[in-house]
This record gives sequence, structure tokens and C-alpha cells, in this order.
Amino acid sequence: MDIVGTINTAARKVPAWTIYIVGAGWLVYLFYLAAFTRAFGPEPINALEREYGEIGLQLLVVGLLITPLRETFGISLIKFRRAIGVMTFFFILAHFLVFAILDVQSLERVWTEVVKRPYVTVGMISFVALIPLAITSNNYSVRKMGAIAWRRLHWLTYPAAILGALHYVWLAKGFQIEPLVYLAILIGLVAYRYRPKNRSKNRAMSRA
Amino acid sequence: MAHRWKNDLTHADVTPKEAFLNRRQILAGTAGLGAIAAAGLAEAQEDLQPNSLEDITSYNNFYEFGTGKSDPAANAHKLEIEPWSVKVDGLVDNPGDYSLADLLDGLTVEERIYRFRCVEAWAMVVPWNGIELADILNKVGVQSEAKYVAFETVVQPENMIGVQRRVLDFPYVEGLRIDEAMHPLTIMATGIYGEPIAKQNGAPMRLVVPWKYGFKSIKSIIRISLTDYEPPTSWNKANAREYGFYSNVNPNVDHPRWSQSSHRVIGGGLFASREPTLMFNGYEAEVASLYDGMDLSEFY
Repeated sequence: MDIVGTINTAARKVPAWTIYIVGAGWLVYLFYLAAFTRAFGPEPINALEREYGEIGLQLLVVGLLITPLRETFGISLIKFRRAIGVMTFFFILAHFLVFAILDVQSLERVWTEVVKRPYVTVGMISFVALIPLAITSNNYSVRKMGAIAWRRLHWLTYPAAILGALHYVWLAKGFQIEPLVYLAILIGLVAYRYRPKNRSKNRAMSRA
Repeated sequence: MAHRWKNDLTHADVTPKEAFLNRRQILAGTAGLGAIAAAGLAEAQEDLQPNSLEDITSYNNFYEFGTGKSDPAANAHKLEIEPWSVKVDGLVDNPGDYSLADLLDGLTVEERIYRFRCVEAWAMVVPWNGIELADILNKVGVQSEAKYVAFETVVQPENMIGVQRRVLDFPYVEGLRIDEAMHPLTIMATGIYGEPIAKQNGAPMRLVVPWKYGFKSIKSIIRISLTDYEPPTSWNKANAREYGFYSNVNPNVDHPRWSQSSHRVIGGGLFASREPTLMFNGYEAEVASLYDGMDLSEFY
């Protein structure tokens, strides 16, 4: 059975906008669970904050996987990439808003935290780096900026991803595997973009 | 001419021996503090509304069973607590391996409703059932050279996912200065809400030191050692810059990675307001004198 073909056929049938519907629905549903049920336990503020942040990291991984999946396995999910990127931004925005409004509960203290706590600083830089990317995630911006400038701007995804994972590693107490796994995967995915270029050419030739 | 000193008191004025001894104890500052603290304690307990048993048993840090807050509730059922033996050793008159029943036999279990403040800046209120640690220590006989008490948590690697993952350097160890250990607020808890303490809360016996961050209140204790040196403590070993030996709740000394001036309240829901953190977690009147002359930002 041709798995790649099946995935590509299925992907062709699903419109990209479903990502927005599912992503937004998921984000709101998690908020509903935290606010009105005990699904997040007796202290839902920190739990929801972490959940949004972790989903943000997962979506970063998914977004950065799309190119290697196409180049390595021929799986084409490129049409979902913009929607995944935009949803990544919204989950991290939600993560920040829960932190600022529901957890820290004061703008002044948010500022203190950002300035004083290196792990918050790093997370904040990561979030701020994503803002111009979210704003320019439309055809108009690509046209207006030109593909090269647009691509150069969107290179910010890489430092944002690694700083986001570092933020998670930094806030862990004790020796915890999960944050380190995110960091390793995201470093790996960024490193993939900077691998020696002739290697992929060789592979393309050996496949031919 | 100088007056000669004249004794105008008779034998009838002599303070009764018992009262005199009590007073000496007060001056010694250990057991006597109990009288003062007990009065303060009754006051301190009045306005505290305990969390529900569900809150208390579903939001835990017990890294032997995983690092997530719900992991202990999910995994701690594997902990084997029968039989339970506690080794008492070091500078004590009656060292040995005690069964839990023997160790606690004849001692009074009291209800103590305490604030519980985690170093991660969250807090709850727990109605513990426990025995003053001083009663246990007096029973085993503390020798005069003893300056500290060290505690150790059980390790059951096959039952403890966190031990398998080496989250910390297990066994978990903690310690107190002897005057902290003998303080009447310090208890060994064996129950919550009148029921045997749940495994995720540190069954069958755990320490509770309400004026210190929660990680000092070591769970599922299998060893109590009296020492003349400051014993190593787990979080201090893991990160000395962040976790000191004392770890008294102190809103003025931040954790390097977060503020300790306020905390989230467990059980308040998604829109709960933060609460200001109190000096010594609200037990300042009872315990501040233990640290007279100490710079608490140095001895954090």
C-alpha cells in the first residue's frame, strides 16, 4: 500500500481552512474546560497556561516538520503550513494572556517578570518574534514585501522555536525529560534547514 | 554606713518546683514555646477554611510518582505501606527499627489546620491529623549533642516512575534544625480530615512544617536520624542557588525564577485572585524568634 499516496490524496481533499476551525475550537474548548469543569484539576490557571504553551510548542514542531516530510518522504502538506503557523501564534498568544491576566494579574508585575526572570524573558522574546510573522501571514504581505524579504522575515520562526523550547526547559524543576525532548526535536528541525545542501542533491540523485 | 543585705523572703515565697521547671523550659525556648504557640495557634486557625479532600488529594508534588500535579494521585496507589518500619538512628537514646504503631504508640494525635505554601507559589489549607514531632523525638530520647534531624523517604523503584526516571537524586532527604523540629507547630501527619493520609499525600507518615515551603515537609518517612551536622537536603543538592536548607516561607526573598510575594490559591478556579504571601506563611508570631539575628536572605 502506498502510504505517502494515501496521505497526499487525503490531504488534497481537506481544505486548509479546517485547521483554523479545529484550532480555534480546540483553543476555546480548553478554556471552557478550565473555567467550567474540573478537567484541569483544582488549580486550572497554571494548568491551562502550560497546556496552551505546550500545544504552541507542538504546533511549532508540526509546522517545521512540513518541509522535511516533503523532501524526505514526498508527503505534501504545504498547503496547511500557513494555517498551522497562524494557530501556533494564537496558542502562544493565549498562553501569554493566561500568564498575564489570570496568573500574574497585573501589568506591572508582568513587566517585572519579563525583565527579572530570564526564562520569562526568553519566552517573551520568542512570542514577540512571532508577532510580525502572524501579521504577514497573508498573500497581500507576500506580494507587498516580495518573496525574498518575506522569507527572510519568516526565518524568525527558527530562533522563536528554539527560544520557546529553552523557555520550557528553563522553568522545569529537577531533571525532566519532556522539555528536553522538545528542545532536541526543535534544534534538530532547525539544523535540518542548515544541513550541507549537496546531501539532499545526492539523495535526489540516488532516488532517481 | 552601708546597709547589709537582708533576706525578706521566706520559704513560703519560693516558686513551686514544677512552675520553676516550666519557666526554665520557657527560657530554654523549646518545649516552653508550646504554651505561647498554642495560644497563637488557636487564633491562627480561626479564619482558615480548609480545601476539600479532593483538592488536597489531587494536586500534589511527589516526584517519586512523576512531576505532573495529577501524577501522584494517578500513580501513588503502587506505594506499599504495610508493613511500615521507621529506622531511628544517630544521636538518640533508643535507636532501632520501629514499626509505625510502636513509634507512635501512646502519643496524642491532634487536628492541625495549617496553611500549606508550595515553593512554586501556590497554596492550600490542610486539616492534618498528626503528632507533634517533639513527642516522637522525646520518646526516642534526643541526646544533647544532637543539633539537627534528618529524614528520608522510602524508595520503591519498581513502584515509583519518578525514581526510574531519576528526576532527583533519590532517596528524597530533608532536615530540620533541632529547635525547628521540637517546635510545637511541627508535626508528623498520619491523617487528613480524620482519615488515614492518602498515599499521594505521603502515607503512612509525613512531616508538616507549616512555616516552610512544602518540599521541606517530606513524605512517606522511613528514617529519622539525629545528627550534629546540617544534613543534606534533596532540593538543595539539586540546585543550591534556588533551594536553601531553611526554605522558610518569605515574601521578601524571591525564588531566582519567580516571585514569592504572592501565590495562587488552590481550589479557587480559573478566575481566582492571587493572595499575598505572609511572612513565615502566617506563623511569624510563633516562629520568628527561632531566626533572631539571622539574615534570612542569606539563609534562605
